[in-house]
Amino acid sequence: MHIADGVAPVPVAAAGAAIAAAGVAWGLRVLKDEQIPKAALMSAAIFAASVVIRLPLGPSAVHPVLNGLAGILLGWAAVPVFLVSLFLQALLFQFGGITTLGINTVTMGFPAVAVYGLFGGRLRRARTRRCTFLLGFGAGASAVLLSFALWAGVLILCGKQLAVIVGLALGPHLAVVAVEGMFTGFVAGFLARVYPAAFDVSEQMRREGGP
Amino acid sequence: MSCTTHFAGDTVVHHLDPRARIVMTFAFSFLVALSEEWWVLGASLVVGALLVSLSRIPAGALARRLLRLNAFLAVVLLLIPITAPGRPVLEVGPIHYGMEGLLWSLRLILRANAIVLAFTGLLGTVELFTLGHAFEHLRVPRKLIHLFMFTLRYLDVLHHEYETLLSAMKARAFRPGMNLHTYSSYANLVAMLLVRSLERSERIMGAMKCRGFRGKFRVFRHFAFHRRDWVFCGIGTLVLVGIGLREIAGG
Repeated sequence: MHIADGVAPVPVAAAGAAIAAAGVAWGLRVLKDEQIPKAALMSAAIFAASVVIRLPLGPSAVHPVLNGLAGILLGWAAVPVFLVSLFLQALLFQFGGITTLGINTVTMGFPAVAVYGLFGGRLRRARTRRCTFLLGFGAGASAVLLSFALWAGVLILCGKQLAVIVGLALGPHLAVVAVEGMFTGFVAGFLARVYPAAFDVSEQMRREGGP
Repeated sequence: MSCTTHFAGDTVVHHLDPRARIVMTFAFSFLVALSEEWWVLGASLVVGALLVSLSRIPAGALARRLLRLNAFLAVVLLLIPITAPGRPVLEVGPIHYGMEGLLWSLRLILRANAIVLAFTGLLGTVELFTLGHAFEHLRVPRKLIHLFMFTLRYLDVLHHEYETLLSAMKARAFRPGMNLHTYSSYANLVAMLLVRSLERSERIMGAMKCRGFRGKFRVFRHFAFHRRDWVFCGIGTLVLVGIGLREIAGG
């Protein structure tokens, strides 16, 4: 769901970069110095997992997107984290691109923050396994759905002709939404049972960071 | 096996100041993204190809990168001319392959490849931690650079832990398939990876505090502009101005 170099005309790319810059600035403000290794290592784990894991789906397989997971664990810090990992992805594997770095940061990072606002607090307070799974499912599924909506919107802004690609991608992406929801639900369940402190990083930022 | 490597080498491009390369790459990419003129797009592609050949990037690695990009662009080239309205160049039954869409897609392909070639040639050749230092000199926010450095440093470490966990699963006869068991097993794997990354980050922070870390890394790589950097910036600026002027004159 990345937009490649050359696809986005400069006004769209510039708008994306400006919005991303604002989000990154805010994310860096709430991210305290002591939390940087934590955020970076979680980001590396999520990055590695989303690149190497292939979940079998029908005749094909999909990579988990994991931006909902990044959102509930990192809160606003997910935006700078996605900027860094998207830059690395462009540099190392040629996913996405550099002129579209801003756009891709917006389409991946902002849904993560939205999901954090919607599900982050509730997930911390969830007591039953079913509850944790459902909230995780909601977070994973809605983050990918939002990312897809943003991606589709940007693609159509880049050229009305590209709407046909959005149409083609819709079906497979709805399947991805379901898979991603389940996946994030399972991850959230495991973390809640084994290592609930994982949810503290974003909570700390919310309490200490910001005005 | 490491995935966080750059294209090492000992060419003219490798010896250029990384700061100049970063600035030039971004300037070139945005200018090309702005272009509509055939002449400009062709010239940009030549510039990109020149940079890649000057930095002697291995053909296989380059082909893999270009293939990944052009797979998407091939879909565009196939679909857009059919759906976009315009004078047909080719008619097969009810399918009209339109001229406008074809030209639009071809421009897109030229633009994308020119940017990727220049990007790979100029930035793909910088050692990755050096890139962090260059960003520091270019006044990129400090926390962002720290995030970049840590992510880079531990990407391979966590990838390795992933492989360890996966081989443990395989040793217990894990076979991926399309079922809940597979999804939940992979999810547990990711969660375990996160737990390990969090525990590791505590140890890292402890080790850093013990050595008196106060929120700043030493920047020990300082760059100096040599004659070749001035030449590179001169030629680069000329190319950029040329592209810009031609684009304005054409549009």
